[in-house]
Amino acid sequence: MSGLFDLGGWSREISAFVSGILAWIADLLGGWIPWFHDVANWFRSDAVIEFWGFAIAVLIMLVFAMINLLVVLWMERKLYGRLQDRRGVMVPHPWKKIHKGTGFLQNMADGIKLVMKESITPRNADKSMFHAAPAIIFISSVMAYAAIPLSTTFVLADLELGLIFIVAMFALSPLAVLIAGWASGNKYTLIGGMRGAAQMLAYEIPLLLCIAGVAIMAGSLNPMEVVAAQQRTSVLGVENWYFIPQFIGFVVFMVAILAELEKLPFDIPEAESELVEGWLTEITDIRFGLIFMSKWMKGWAAAALVVLLFFGGWSGPFFPQEVWFMIKTYIVFAFFVWIAWILPRIRIDQILKIGWYELVPLSFATILIAVALKFLSHFGMGWF
Amino acid sequence: MTKLWINMGPQHPMTHGLWNLKILVDGETIVDAEPVLGYLHRGVEKLCERRTYNQIIPLADRLCYVSSLCFAHAYCLTVEEMMDLEIPERAKYLRVIALEMQRLTSHMTWLMAIGPDVGLITLLLYCLREREYFLDLLQLQTGARMNQNYPRIGGVAQDIPANFEHKINKIFEKFKVRVKDYHKVTNESSAFLKRMQGVGTLSVEDAIAYGVTGPNLRGSGAKRDMREHDPYEVYDELDWEIQVRDEGDSLARFHVRMGEMLESCKIIRQALKKMPDGPINVKAPLRPEGQSFRRTEDSRGEVSYYVVGNGGESPYRLKVRSPIFCTMNVLPKLLRGVNVADVLAIMGSIDVCIGETDK
Repeated sequence: MSGLFDLGGWSREISAFVSGILAWIADLLGGWIPWFHDVANWFRSDAVIEFWGFAIAVLIMLVFAMINLLVVLWMERKLYGRLQDRRGVMVPHPWKKIHKGTGFLQNMADGIKLVMKESITPRNADKSMFHAAPAIIFISSVMAYAAIPLSTTFVLADLELGLIFIVAMFALSPLAVLIAGWASGNKYTLIGGMRGAAQMLAYEIPLLLCIAGVAIMAGSLNPMEVVAAQQRTSVLGVENWYFIPQFIGFVVFMVAILAELEKLPFDIPEAESELVEGWLTEITDIRFGLIFMSKWMKGWAAAALVVLLFFGGWSGPFFPQEVWFMIKTYIVFAFFVWIAWILPRIRIDQILKIGWYELVPLSFATILIAVALKFLSHFGMGWF
Repeated sequence: MTKLWINMGPQHPMTHGLWNLKILVDGETIVDAEPVLGYLHRGVEKLCERRTYNQIIPLADRLCYVSSLCFAHAYCLTVEEMMDLEIPERAKYLRVIALEMQRLTSHMTWLMAIGPDVGLITLLLYCLREREYFLDLLQLQTGARMNQNYPRIGGVAQDIPANFEHKINKIFEKFKVRVKDYHKVTNESSAFLKRMQGVGTLSVEDAIAYGVTGPNLRGSGAKRDMREHDPYEVYDELDWEIQVRDEGDSLARFHVRMGEMLESCKIIRQALKKMPDGPINVKAPLRPEGQSFRRTEDSRGEVSYYVVGNGGESPYRLKVRSPIFCTMNVLPKLLRGVNVADVLAIMGSIDVCIGETDK
């Protein structure tokens, strides 16, 4: 399969070009210091060129993630503005004579504002852990993008266990929530961090079990294979997207992923009305901005995961695969926004009760359904 | 697990106003609670002793910034009784209309505040939208959105404009439709019920023993409303019902207030129909002598004033009893044993206004 990031293709030529420039500079320097000729040879070696290939591929994905983050943030603000009978963000842009302003640049302005804010470290804080937590959260949510395929070609790392990798990256952030909550040396953050840990235990399990149900049906944990299986096994000529046979799993997954994202009905770790800002209380400046960004990056990644698992990924007529994938993820994300802004926050004990008493048994049921369907299909009786 | 004292306040999203709620938590459960007041104390009662009777009206307005008219009116009513002053019939009706409009805006403020308390910011914006209509009506009648300075000793400041009834009818029709929207996001959503139902249950005996009044008392099942039981102005001539709920939990208090909003609309419409023509003001003596005590039904509970005049320009002594100050006493009892998140549901349903609590 020749992908966008395939190292044999155009990206190798670019990386060879970059390496060539660096080698040329090193050769010039070699006129004075002979040792630099060795450096130039090193730049021309295959390993270095391959490294540049990787770097370019990662850069493309990172740029995509950032632009997508701006779109998703803007979309959420506009959507819940409309839901609340407002217009949402409307900051005018430099070309305001043409159009009054859609507020798309508001997120940029917010980011710049956060960079300029004072950086405060509380006296009681455990300094190193306190500074590590935002980094862990941001890195983990960016890394989830590495394994998300937008189409059969647009994928950074075509992992055999891609779904497990994405969920593992999601599961890292509650750990950082706990670290941030504990290290801040504040009572509100401590309670928030503890809530984050309790919530993770209750919702990580149904999430993984639902993925297991889909994986049993598709026979693979590779997102590519899962999408391919949904396209392959068709009923009456219609593609068999897994939200129909795995409907219970789909509902459980949606609830669990909302809890995973700490979106509003389940945002108890940072319940802003009782715990001020929960585990985020002491975090200021761009560290807060990074956490804020990673929240929405994870939001889109979660929507992408839902689309990959249950809505046939990029399959669809006429448009290119990437377009279909983006349309589907934005629709799922809009659904997240709708749920988040029309439901009140649920109490911690109720959330844990929902998680342990309802979602975990239901997710076991999805596995049973998946196994039964698979079993029937071996005898030619199942449709799936 | 070690117990932990947490200060919810004086600057905290939970506190609508400037006060501090200290809670002792064991994990997520509250073991003890202690309200700390005094951050907004202005010494209003002492200030009143240095002002003439008319100068106290704007000061009484500032007791509660959400339902200021009720406090100014209760003051005027008390002073009028001390003076043995009979005010014109039209002024009484005008006062009832303004008071009920103020109750509507106050309850809208409460409903709007309970949304973010339980994490439903959409409700806040819905309520702000409709509260604006009532504030517009109030502005048409009194001339101001808040701190109206509308009641006078011996009547009211100004009459209503000519097209007032038409506007009221239009807005009330709109409001009746919008109330259904509120019920959709609150009452009919199981997530909201989960937060409110069975939380902060207050029994009738406790409510009476601690001096809880108003919608909070009626939510516990006691049918007591000063508009009915110690009638003032023209409330006894109008047809309306006291909203009572027996459950005593946060949801009951929610329902009582939602019902009272619609009752207020009913009262205003009737008062407009029955209102006679005539003067809206009478002359009042400047240096009254004697003492009087009156109680009225504020949007938060029972407001009572005690005024002593000794023939001077200003009262010798003035005492205000504000409803939420008394309700605060019951907080440790209500909060003991509940979850940290329940503090919001309970405090939201009690409808705290610190302006009047911390006079």
